[in-house]
Order: sequence, then C-alpha cells, then structure tokens
Amino acid sequence: MIRVEKRNDVSRSIYFLTPVLAIFLTLFGGGIIFFILGFNPIEALKFFFITPISDLYGLSELLVKATPLCLIAIGLSFCFKSNNWNIGAEGQLIFGGIVGGGVALLFYNHDGFYVLPIIILSGAIGGMLFAMIPAILKTYFNTNEILVSLMLVYVAKLLLDFLVVGPWSNPEGFNFPETRQFSESARMPILFDGIRIHAGIFITLISVFLSWLILYKTYLGFQIKVSGLSLKTAKYAGFKGKTMIIIVFMISGACAGLAGVGEITGPIGQLHRNISPDYGFTAIIVAFLGRLNPIGIIFASLIVALTYLGAETAQIFLQVPKYTGQVFQGMILFFLLGSDYLLFFKIKFLGLKKNEL
Amino acid sequence: MYKFFLRSLISVLFLLGFSLNANAEFKVGFVYVGPTGDHGWTYQHHEGRNAVEALGIKTTYVESVPEGADAERVIRQLAQSGHDLIFTTSFGYMDPTNKVAKDFPNVKFEHATGYKREHSNVSTYSARFYEGRTLLGHMAGKMTKTNTIGYIASFPIPEVIRGINAMTLAAQKVNPDIKTKIVWVFTWYDPGKESEAAQALIDQGADIIMQHTDSTAPVQVAEKAGVWSFGQASDMQRFAPKSILTSIIDDWAPYYVERSIAARDGTWKQQDTWHGLKEGMVAMAPYNSAMGSDLIKEVEQLQKDLASGKAHSFTGPIYDQKGNILVAEGAVADDGMLAGMNVYVKGVEGDIPQ
Repeated sequence: MIRVEKRNDVSRSIYFLTPVLAIFLTLFGGGIIFFILGFNPIEALKFFFITPISDLYGLSELLVKATPLCLIAIGLSFCFKSNNWNIGAEGQLIFGGIVGGGVALLFYNHDGFYVLPIIILSGAIGGMLFAMIPAILKTYFNTNEILVSLMLVYVAKLLLDFLVVGPWSNPEGFNFPETRQFSESARMPILFDGIRIHAGIFITLISVFLSWLILYKTYLGFQIKVSGLSLKTAKYAGFKGKTMIIIVFMISGACAGLAGVGEITGPIGQLHRNISPDYGFTAIIVAFLGRLNPIGIIFASLIVALTYLGAETAQIFLQVPKYTGQVFQGMILFFLLGSDYLLFFKIKFLGLKKNEL
Repeated sequence: MYKFFLRSLISVLFLLGFSLNANAEFKVGFVYVGPTGDHGWTYQHHEGRNAVEALGIKTTYVESVPEGADAERVIRQLAQSGHDLIFTTSFGYMDPTNKVAKDFPNVKFEHATGYKREHSNVSTYSARFYEGRTLLGHMAGKMTKTNTIGYIASFPIPEVIRGINAMTLAAQKVNPDIKTKIVWVFTWYDPGKESEAAQALIDQGADIIMQHTDSTAPVQVAEKAGVWSFGQASDMQRFAPKSILTSIIDDWAPYYVERSIAARDGTWKQQDTWHGLKEGMVAMAPYNSAMGSDLIKEVEQLQKDLASGKAHSFTGPIYDQKGNILVAEGAVADDGMLAGMNVYVKGVEGDIPQ
C-alpha cells in the first residue's frame, strides 16, 4: 500500500534538497540521453558542465550570460508572485534596448560621465512604459495580460527591425541592418582586461537586493504576496489591486529594459536585429527554477546560463547537437516541478496489514 | 539517503576529474548561423566542411550561433581549444571575428561576406552570386509570359541589390518589356514569410519567382501555383521538380579545401577573395529540360562567356531608375562600384528601403 498525504508543514530539509535532487536527476537523465546518442555520458557531462567554467574566461562568460537572465527573472518574480502573467519580458527588453540605444546614438561621439547613466535610465524607463501597456489594458479594460504582453514582443521586434534597417542604420554600413558602434562613453565599463564581465552585473546585484527589500520588508511586498495567495483576501483587506498590478508590471518592465540596455551597451555595443537570444522567455524558466525568491533566482540564472555555455562546448568538443542545451533546460524545470511534489506531499509506504488480507 | 547522495557526488566528481589531453593536431573550426539542415546557406557551408574533413583534416562546427553577444564566445572558444583556422560564415560575425582575431594572432580567421580585415590574420571571402543572377535573368526574360518577374529579397545590402540589378539587366537584354517586382522580407530564413511573399508576387502577375533568401518555401509555392522558379544556395530541384528551372549553387568546398591546406602548410596569407563562375564558387544546378534545348544552349554559352570574362554582368550602358547613366556604353562596372551598389537600375519597380 502506498498512500500520498499532504504535508502540514513543509519539511525544511526537503525544501533545500529538492533543487539539488532536480539537478542530479537532470545529470542522470542527460547522461542517458548522451548514451543513447552514442556519446560517453561521463565525458559529455564533463564537457557540458565542467569545461565551460574551468577557467577565468569561462566564469566571466557565465556571469555575462547570467546577468540579464537574473535581472529579468527578478522583475518577473514580482508579477508572478502576485498572479500577473507577464510573458512579454522579451518585448520589454527589446523596447528598453531601443530607447537606450536611441539615446546612445543621440550621444554619439559625446564624452562625459553622464552619458552612460542617462542611457541606462532611459532603457529602464523604456521597458517600464512598454510593460505598462498590458497592465493598463488589464486593469481598465479587463484584457488578458498573457496575450497582450506576448503579442507586444512581436511589435517590439518589428520596431527594432524597422529602426536598424531604416532611420538608425549605420550611414557607413552599406545598408546592413545595424546601427553604428556606440562611442566608448556609452559602453558599460569592462571590469577586468581580457574578459567580458562588465558593470552591468552591479545593476543586477543591486536589483536583487532591492527586490528582496521590497518583497520582504515593505507593505507593497506584503500586498503582492497576499494577492498571489488569494485575490479575495486581498480585496477583503482593502488593497488597491489596480495600482499594485500596474506597479508590478512597471518593476518587471524596468528590469527587462535594464537587461536590454545592459546587453547593447555591454557585450554587443550597437543595435542590430539580434540583441537578445530570447532572454525574456528563458527568464521565465529562471524565475520558477529560483522559486520566485531573489537568492534562488541568482542560482537558477547561473545554472541556466551554464546550460547555454555547456551546449556550445559540448558541440565544439564532441559535436553533440547544440539543441541538447534546451533539452537540459527543460529537464531541470521538469524535475524541479516534479520533486516539488515531494515538498507538499509525503508518500507513505505501508506494509500490508494482516486484517487487510 | 544523504550518504547515497554524498557518495554519488564524490564518484561523479572523481570521474569528471579525468581530463583529456589537448593535442597539437591541426584543426579547422566552422561557425554557422543556421542549422546544418536548412537546405540553403548553412547546408552549403557544411558541405564545404565535409570536403575538408574528407582530406583527413580534423574539423569542428557549431551550428545556429546567434549573431549577437554569443558569437564572440563561440569564436573565442574555438580559438582557445586549439583550432588553427576558423571560418565564420555569416555577415553578423564580422566584428566578433575581428575582436577575437586580435587576441589570437597565431590563429587564422576567414569571415564570409564581410568587409573588415582589421588584423593580418583575418581574411574575407565571398562569391560573385550576381553572375548566376545574370543567367537567371536571361532565362526569366525568355520564359515569362506576363513580363513580370517576382523577386523575394532579404536585406537592402549591396549584395542583394547587385543580384536584383544583374538579373534585371540580363532579362531586359532578351525582353525589353520586363518588369521586376520586389518584396523585401527582412530575413534570410523564414519559410512562412517567404511563402507569403511568393504568393503576393504571384497574385501581382509574376510568373517567375526568384529568391535571395534561403528556405525552400518560395519554390514550393511556385510549384503549387504552376509558375517558374529558381533555387537558392543549394540545388532545390527535389522540392519543386516541375517549377525549378535551375538553382544557383554556392560551392565553398574548393575554397575551404585550398585555405585549410594553406593554413596547415604555413602558406596562408591574408586576402580578400571574390570568386565566381570561373573559379566554381558559383555553380549552376542542371537546367530544366522544359526550357527547351535552344534556350539551354544559349544559357550554357552565356555561362561559359561569364566564366571566361568574355561577357560581364554589368556591361554599359546601364541607367538608374531616373535615367541617369551609371556605366557608360562599352564599359563594365568595376569591383568597387559593385561592392557598394545601392541604386536600382532602370526597369526595377519601387524604391530601396532606406
């Protein structure tokens, strides 16, 4: 006899064990996939998870990749915690990039310490305004924020296409769809010579700290959590639902916009059509993998970033198909959600009792 | 339970601790923008790689590398992991290639379709696809009944505009009434968009469909609609056996083989390569017999003349849309003019998106 019982108290040890368990299961599942594909599983896993971060450059690349993911996921956690399904972070990232990039082009060949802060701020505001569209439509016209925010991704992408092909294209660039390279004053400072880790990581870390402060130490954070648990309770308590919805979307959009501006002023250095390899969508996985918790999201962003790097090294060294990276991301999420089951339920193995025979 | 995890953790880490010895074998790396199975641009580069591999030279490739912040890391990893020659096969890799080349002076880099060679270890290469377009124009001019040619264009860069112009000039030579209608799709590979564009052109009366994009969607739409079409980058005949008159084939294999051997033997030098029909970097797939043997003979002769230099795709007089002369009678356009081409010739409809 097996009986599943709901736990009254979530066990602390299991709470910390489940993410580890999910990662172990992913390694195991990944090993099986590699074996089926005809690779030595141990060797493949080594190239996937160890080689990419075995030197300073690799570690820096991990942070370069994790920085935008973490930042976007932090923003999304505000929305998701309060039951607002912002699926359009990718669009908010791109729109933030467009606004920030536009300002960077405006300051082309301008020197001055004020240039970069203005660009960063304008990118955040851009993302914020773009995220307010689904929020306002939801609160005042009762539209579905999932659809609106998702559709706006394509609007932002097409707007970016239009700008880099047309009015903003590099006058010396033979009509190729890209803008000029931004001036030095508009670039994120590189922290160490020879590697790409840039000052954007501080923006992410500050955002993590602020989000922890807001979520756990303020009245707003309390409202967000209560609304997430029960909308009716929130209403009964007299919380202003509409204002809160708009605020969480604004926070989320600002974070995505910051991520976009960090990419274009950091590793890319110009606007073109591919400023984001779908960071806005991957960050949804990161947010849930990190359990919508600021510290959890830091770890989750590192792990998901590693799956990207690992997919590249595994292909370079073993010619493992690059799409296995996505399989790993899917597996981690699947196993985490699966083992979460153990968090809320316990499984009892009961021997067959004599009187049942 | 905990002990089990601890033990497995230790054993996994122990096994992972074995590292492979790096060896000094000569290796060539390739960075692709699409999947190797796109049947277009990347597929042909991959064929080129296979030819290098067939020589017994070790090669590595990374597919579907986005042209954003990730490209630099992939190129750098290839350089770092002991690759001696690296081909980066898309325009968007231009700046990352040059950036990495600066830090790895002993590694040779080859960038396709770009124009920046900022360090002595960076070469660029591209093909004179416009020569193939001239042949397409000749066939299109002869085969059209509606005198309207539909052209699916990707981005308004010189390479694409050059193709449109070369095709239009050749078509006008055999059929002065020809009109070229263009749809810009702003993508290199998007089957959905490309087939919509093909349908739109057919609806506007085009009975010839030509593409400067990489998917097989346009030829399949043409096959269904019963109009003529031309394949792009690889021989797409099997996707539209009735409709396709021929395909322009990008054959990178000879170049990749030559440069790989040069790099291995230490004779590699920086250069800017622009090869065409003559060297075989541009090749034509078999001609569809539906064209009739007379036309096929004409086209084959023109192909020979273009290869030998007896004919040139851009021979004057050439006029722009407003009637200003671009190339004088009897002259041919020089490579500088071709490389920066940003106006349509007379007979092309519409404006270049700016």
